[in-house]
Amino acid sequence: MSLITAEKISKKYVKGEIEVEALKGLDFEIEPSAFVSFVGPSGSGKTTLLNLVGCLDKPTSGILKVADKNVSHLDRRMAASFRGKTIGFIFQDFNLIPVLTVYENVEYPLLMIQNAASIERKRRILALLDAVGMTEQKNKYPDQISGGQKQRVAIARALVTNPKLVLADEPTANLDHKTAYMVINIMKKMKDELGTTFVFSTHDQKIVSEAEITYTLEDGKLTGGEVKKSHA
Amino acid sequence: MLKLFKIAIRNLMRYKRRTLLTASLITIGVVFVLVFVSVSSSFKSMMIGQVTDSFLGHIQIHREGYVASIESLPLTMNLGPQAIKKVEKAIRKIPEIEVHSNRIKFGGMFSNFVETTNIRLNGIDPAEEIKTIPLFPARIIEGEKIIREGEILAPELLAKGMKVKVGDTVVIIATNKDGSVNGRQFRVGGIVESVIGPGGRDGYIHIEDAMDILRMDEMEISEIAIRLKDFDKLHEVSSKLNDVFSKKLNKKGKPKYEVHTWEKLHPFYNIARMIDIMTFFIKLMLIAIVLISIMNVMVMAVYERIREIGTIAAMGTMPEKILSMFVIEGFSLGVFGVILGNILGIAIIFILNISKITFDFGRQTGLLLSPTLHLQDVFLISIIVIIISVIASLQPAYKASKMEPIEALRYV
Repeated sequence: MSLITAEKISKKYVKGEIEVEALKGLDFEIEPSAFVSFVGPSGSGKTTLLNLVGCLDKPTSGILKVADKNVSHLDRRMAASFRGKTIGFIFQDFNLIPVLTVYENVEYPLLMIQNAASIERKRRILALLDAVGMTEQKNKYPDQISGGQKQRVAIARALVTNPKLVLADEPTANLDHKTAYMVINIMKKMKDELGTTFVFSTHDQKIVSEAEITYTLEDGKLTGGEVKKSHA
Repeated sequence: MLKLFKIAIRNLMRYKRRTLLTASLITIGVVFVLVFVSVSSSFKSMMIGQVTDSFLGHIQIHREGYVASIESLPLTMNLGPQAIKKVEKAIRKIPEIEVHSNRIKFGGMFSNFVETTNIRLNGIDPAEEIKTIPLFPARIIEGEKIIREGEILAPELLAKGMKVKVGDTVVIIATNKDGSVNGRQFRVGGIVESVIGPGGRDGYIHIEDAMDILRMDEMEISEIAIRLKDFDKLHEVSSKLNDVFSKKLNKKGKPKYEVHTWEKLHPFYNIARMIDIMTFFIKLMLIAIVLISIMNVMVMAVYERIREIGTIAAMGTMPEKILSMFVIEGFSLGVFGVILGNILGIAIIFILNISKITFDFGRQTGLLLSPTLHLQDVFLISIIVIIISVIASLQPAYKASKMEPIEALRYV
């Protein structure tokens, strides 16, 4: 059974008096434990698509199911609750909370969203920090660590709630190539260890080659409706 | 919850200068209000004490209509023996009343054999009077602090004007209620200090002498001054007395007796009311300071952290939790300002007390300013500031909680 199913989803925006169709009737499916990338030039609709899959936005038409739930018409509270339980996010700019330490940033979703017990929290945070190689920096604040380290913390934060799906919008855009590869490899490693589905957008062709499945978006459409699999 | 406080405090410390500036504004406001409230309430209590304990008493009872014509001190409106008994019986039934004093008030002529002038006199029972107005002896600035039969306590200004000294002989001439004129010699036993307000420039003689000069066969009194055990029960006792006396009607169907608290008898009450109004407006100013400064800080905090709000909302933080994060931040800022303000305010009040500052009020000089702060004032002001801090944070916090994560994440 697919983790994500999109049936003819489209998204239209109104900018002033102009209507912009960002996504045009997309159909695709993503299986659990997949490592998927969406590639395409700027303005092709990658971010819009990730926003829809992440329940941050609603499609104008079509049906979008994530983890067996139709998320096309969720209200604000239901969407927030669903995201908190099912989806982890990795942002291009890392988006760590500057007043919290590395440890506390990873702890945040467990404490504020899932209300996990103290012992369980500690166990999961330390395990993830160890997995992303950030144990030694756990007491540092975000402004005391490098960009690559910040993104590793962001990966740990996205995974700490054991989500079924992690969405990453241009996770390597602000990193140099070496660090970008390292971050992608950590994501792959976590996917293998935890069985979490990773969906990320990128326009970096070298990073794309690391994805198991790559969808190409152009002008709001999956190009030719074809699915390109980089790895079997 | 503790974590929310931790995040709030760290966010406040993120912009130390701004937080300190806002907290300082709140602190200054709290200090100003605390000092003003303590000084003004101390001044008020002292002046009320002076008024009630040195000549007026807490409550006075007269025959109906007497106060309206008090300038002429009408002897025809005195309370007769039967009325006195009835009133005293009613007074004894009220346990909150500590003591009362009967007075005969009348107008007369005061002569030192060279000059003659008019005088207002109080015939009093010294023992009862001192119990009712315990500061009265302090007003006797010359002579013995007691009134004996055959002696008069001359009002200060009159004695000065007529060049009368303690031990001199003077003559008092008065008209009784039938219109007959009578005169008697008195020895000046003392000089009594003038105070502001009706009756503040009266002379005093013994009540037996007053009866004699007015040729009363039986005691007829002009007013009964009452002292309460607890001044805070002023209105409660006044109501009780009014309830009792409202049942005793005269031929016109009106109550025979009227009850007045000091507030209705002395103009200082209006000053006290003005002080209360000023205190109220100063509290309003404090509220405005807190409201504007906290709202300003919180609005800025929300705008500066839009992307952070977007991040935590995207992760699944519920709107009410985002709201509480910002409200707690405003609350913490208010609490910080209040604590600092209370400490500084109490310290300033302590310094004012040990500095022994004196001031003059009317003809009274050297009054010691001793500001006192009641716990309920500190508590009330603190609660007001904290509640206003929360209210001021609500609008920006609500705005933060209602932000669409997708738009907040796009914000640059």
